[in-house]
Amino acid sequence: MSAVIETHELSKVYGQNKAVDRLTFEVEQGEIFGFLGPNGAGKTTTILMLLGLTEPTGGSASVLGFDPVREPLKVKECVGCMPENVGFYHDMTARENLEYVARLNSLSESEIKTRIGSALDKVKLTHEADKLLGAYSRGMRQRLGIAEVLIKNPKLVVLDEPTLGLDPEGINSMLDFIRSLSREENISVLLCSHLLHQAQEVCDRVGILNEGKLVAKGTIEELAEEGIQAQGKKLSLEDIYMRYFQEQ
Amino acid sequence: MFAIFRKEIADNFSSTRFLILFCLVICVALLTTYMVSMNLRSELSGGAKIEYLFLMLYSTSGQFFSLTQFIAFFGPLIGIIMGFDAINRERNAGTLSKLLSQPVYRDAIINGKFLAAVTTVSIMFVSLILLISGLGMLRVGVVPSAEEAVRLMLYTVISIVYVGFWLGVAILFSILFRSIGTSALAAVALWILVSFFIGFGSSLIADVVVPAEQGNTDRAVKNRQVAEAISRTSPVHLYSGATSTIMDPYRKTTKSFVLVGPMERISMSRFNDALPLAQSVLVVAPYLTTLLALTAVCFGISYLVFMRQEVRSI
Repeated sequence: MSAVIETHELSKVYGQNKAVDRLTFEVEQGEIFGFLGPNGAGKTTTILMLLGLTEPTGGSASVLGFDPVREPLKVKECVGCMPENVGFYHDMTARENLEYVARLNSLSESEIKTRIGSALDKVKLTHEADKLLGAYSRGMRQRLGIAEVLIKNPKLVVLDEPTLGLDPEGINSMLDFIRSLSREENISVLLCSHLLHQAQEVCDRVGILNEGKLVAKGTIEELAEEGIQAQGKKLSLEDIYMRYFQEQ
Repeated sequence: MFAIFRKEIADNFSSTRFLILFCLVICVALLTTYMVSMNLRSELSGGAKIEYLFLMLYSTSGQFFSLTQFIAFFGPLIGIIMGFDAINRERNAGTLSKLLSQPVYRDAIINGKFLAAVTTVSIMFVSLILLISGLGMLRVGVVPSAEEAVRLMLYTVISIVYVGFWLGVAILFSILFRSIGTSALAAVALWILVSFFIGFGSSLIADVVVPAEQGNTDRAVKNRQVAEAISRTSPVHLYSGATSTIMDPYRKTTKSFVLVGPMERISMSRFNDALPLAQSVLVVAPYLTTLLALTAVCFGISYLVFMRQEVRSI
């Protein structure tokens, strides 16, 4: 297995505020890495740095072998990113929105057609594809966001709070979907969330971030093991998480 | 960049604001041709055809205003309307972060939007000029000479550059301000400032810096020079300078008559011919260059700010 994302002492300082503080972690090919932490822990900032959208103030990162600072376009070509509160053009249909993104990725017209067809199929939006975005519900938008990520055939998918604001059914299908990306298509997923039981369901490994620092990293079992040694019982991810925050 | 250009053009042409703008421009075209042609017909009936009659369709004011005056004052508004929400609308809708996570350079976004708007404005202007030409030919009954056609083309190009400058300003404000309302207001405020206030302001400042004294011609000349230099910072002034000898070849100078000495006045009355095209171009070249430079500066600032700006939507 090779690492898809590798960072070394990655830092970002805004004025006095250390948003991300010497972060070192790696994501392996085909795994789902959960990036957990409270609001404002620096998750989104880390994503922006990995995509080359902001420059880190220190340290280095490598995404699929490219340096996001020097070769942001190469990174963006093969990384699909769904930001939190993904936006769409409301006066265009879902298909037109996807076509625009596909053109920005300079795909050929015939490729655009087939890829949009299969992406819409995967997120089950084929029948709604020609509706204007204004008529879309939150859940449909989120699924369209996923479709948008898929049309560039990414090797790595970055999802920032993908289940935010979804109903329980929507959450389940989203989690199933994330699982299938990793298991069936061997796409690596970096999942940012603060919803712990969801992360526990799908993630192979997690990293817990607080105030810009990575306080714990490993598989859920490994972290639970540590908990057993400390407290003498098997812990859920929520207990593990709370343990790190109570220590401070 | 072509993908962005293509989408923006489609957006422009299907938007309501473009429709409104286009209707307005068409109304103005019809109105001015009507007024001017009425005027010309009544004034010129019986006389011989004067040279450059065709250009007078654009440069003489009928009852209210001429087309050149109209564009000098309201061209900026067209640019502002096309560009004031270019970037911050995308930022507010959350589409900017998505756009930036696609493999496109950041400057391609501004370039695409700017080019699309300039193309739209060009199509609008060319159709406007052609419309007036056609109506003018019907009403007045004169056909433009080759030189007049070239002059009109130059005029169109200068007008597009002029609106392009305002487009650049509007896009810059849409990058600087997060709120759409603020960027629109800021652009309009700047438009009012340079269109109306620099005009009086320049002579006011000149009077303070180099007060003119009675009988002292050197001082008077200096005073005018300072005023001229200050008003050159106003794009409206530059535009009227740039179009002056293009549209009105009989005009001898872009300066006011105060500066013309007695000998020059004699020579002017002797050589009463129109300024040839090449010489007209020579006269307006500095104005046009300054206008282009201002647009470039505006764009340069836009680039710098946009490249360094954080993309987070919240």
